[in-house]
Amino acid sequence: MPPTEHVLVLALMLFCVGAVGVLVRRNIIFILLSLEFMMNACAMAFIAAGAKWGQPDGQVMFMLILAIAASEVAVALGIVIQMARRFRTLDVDSVSELRE
Amino acid sequence: MTALILFYVAGFVTLASAILAITRTNASHALIYMVVALLAIAVIFFLLGSPFAAALQIVVYAGAIVVLFLFVVMMLNLGKSSVARERALLTRGIWTVPTLLALVLFAVVVFALVSGDHESGAQARMIEPKEVGIALYTKYVLAVELAGVLLLAALVGAYHLGRRYLLDRREEEESS
Repeated sequence: MPPTEHVLVLALMLFCVGAVGVLVRRNIIFILLSLEFMMNACAMAFIAAGAKWGQPDGQVMFMLILAIAASEVAVALGIVIQMARRFRTLDVDSVSELRE
Repeated sequence: MTALILFYVAGFVTLASAILAITRTNASHALIYMVVALLAIAVIFFLLGSPFAAALQIVVYAGAIVVLFLFVVMMLNLGKSSVARERALLTRGIWTVPTLLALVLFAVVVFALVSGDHESGAQARMIEPKEVGIALYTKYVLAVELAGVLLLAALVGAYHLGRRYLLDRREEEESS
């Protein structure tokens, strides 16, 4: 089995890739995609911890993350569709109407 | 030892396809790379002794969530440019790298299955789906119910947001 520290470092790197994606990209589809990567990195850390102690709790947490990710994607993609219909763009910076 | 090498290969595939996914300009290309990254993460879950989590990762993430993304991307791409974009999708430069990364993953899984060495480590222990199920419905039963409520709320929210009449009313207000 791979050492837990290495799995955690990989999870951290994946999380950072997702965080950079959220910060750098301005297309909302890519921001949601990067959020999925960040959630996957958290799930990987949970699984690694569960495997380290030989307990099923890590996988239970993984399933809860899965449920959260599924509901997040469903609502967020509904928002994307509304955004595309109303503003005819997927750029998050051009939808800052609340500020005005 | 072999499990360690397999882990590094799968980790490399994960990171490479994740970086390629977030740097694409075309959303459907990014989704192809995302599928490869999610499959690589499933391989890592398998190597960590969680076969049930690996199966769920493939079924729910690569199977359901990415397809949801793809539906939305396809819905929003309706236009004259979509045909040209579809043709551009089939050129060789676009599908070779995801295919190569997926082939590396395939080799990793075949090797792990053939060698059967993935649980020979000192503390490695397969956590069976049965244990997970028992923990899920005894210790975490409240969390399961909360997840059910969350999914119901997401269902209602997605239905409400996806409806067309929100837009129609706005257009009526603008025209009147």
